[in-house]
Amino acid sequence: MQQEVILAMLAKEPTHGYELRARLRLALGPVGEELNAGQVYVTLTRLEKAGLVASETTPGVSERPDRKVYGLTPEGQQRVAAWLTEVSWPKPDLTEFHLKLTAAFAARLADPIAIIDAQRRELLRRLRDAQRAALTEPDVSDAALLLEGIVLRLQADLRWLEACERTWTTRRNTR
Amino acid sequence: MTPLLSARAVRKTYGRGVALVRAVDEVDLDVATGETVAIMGPSGCGKSTLLHLLGGLDRPDSGQITLAGKQVSRLGERGLARMRRSAVGFVFQAFHLMDELTAVENVELPALLAGRPPRAARRRALELLDRTGLADRARFLPSALSGGQRQRVAVARALANEPLIVLADEPTGNLDSAATLDVLRLFDGLHDAGQTLVIVTHDSRIAATADRLITMRDGAFVDETRLTGGTAGSLGKLAGLES
Repeated sequence: MQQEVILAMLAKEPTHGYELRARLRLALGPVGEELNAGQVYVTLTRLEKAGLVASETTPGVSERPDRKVYGLTPEGQQRVAAWLTEVSWPKPDLTEFHLKLTAAFAARLADPIAIIDAQRRELLRRLRDAQRAALTEPDVSDAALLLEGIVLRLQADLRWLEACERTWTTRRNTR
Repeated sequence: MTPLLSARAVRKTYGRGVALVRAVDEVDLDVATGETVAIMGPSGCGKSTLLHLLGGLDRPDSGQITLAGKQVSRLGERGLARMRRSAVGFVFQAFHLMDELTAVENVELPALLAGRPPRAARRRALELLDRTGLADRARFLPSALSGGQRQRVAVARALANEPLIVLADEPTGNLDSAATLDVLRLFDGLHDAGQTLVIVTHDSRIAATADRLITMRDGAFVDETRLTGGTAGSLGKLAGLES
């Protein structure tokens, strides 16, 4: 997970590590299930070393251990502000698949349609998983919105595969 | 286990000579009880024709179709009509509701045609509308319902006679994305309740609710895959969450 995400989640108010994890879980729903606790603490430690986060230890009450409260330093606040205005968007990685089809066809190594079919099977399995998770999520949850994004992206990829199939079928038949 | 529905070397052609179209070309299919099978393919690949043959709306030129041990091809017109009414539920892209009947009247109609007592038919129809989330729309005419609601009425109607199998032809084809989601939920619920379903579609979302997906091209099955059993990646990976 990106360090800036953890930073931004501290922007509202300083908080304990476990509260931070709870916020993440709420926003991610089933998507965040495999997010491990260690990762969050490792990131917090790194951020602290980098001077973006400062921590304060609250003394434990009776049997409870000491707990660290993490908050943003002024540098951390600046980083968050900069990150929020940055335009970043993950690149859809289509080039590799596109070139795979081109190369397979040119060298007569494999049938591009068979490659497309295999890819479609995998994407549909992913769509099934994402959709099942989306259908069980209450409409108003933050995680439902994230899952919808995953579903829409997979649909877009599947539509592109349809276009690939049309083109490569024609090319194969006119070879 | 013997499949609930099976097709062997089923063929249907239109036209002749150079204009001969093999709409369905020697197709074999087995559908187990409780299974959801989706058939996908470009328009004109023969998937709707196949669905019509499976449900007895049309007869194949050759090949055999068996539903619950009965050979559909051996049935006469009356036997075929009875099978369509009692053993098969149909859902179409354009809903095909009777415009002059209310939602509940549409849903109870197949039961009345099958000779069920009117009170029992009405009770069942109201139950089904409740199950499809339309209890408060029972007295509405189709014209007063949204597309998604109309399709849910059509699904309720398909279930009126407790069919062995529901056949759906492009059930989300006329729906926007919110209404599609309602229909997806409904089909998912039917699947969980053990209803056997065959869906032909080119909507990947509804296809992804299936246990098994078949790809059809030029009248023949060219690819088949099981969608259950998990994927290589996790949801977190799909969302770009590295772990």
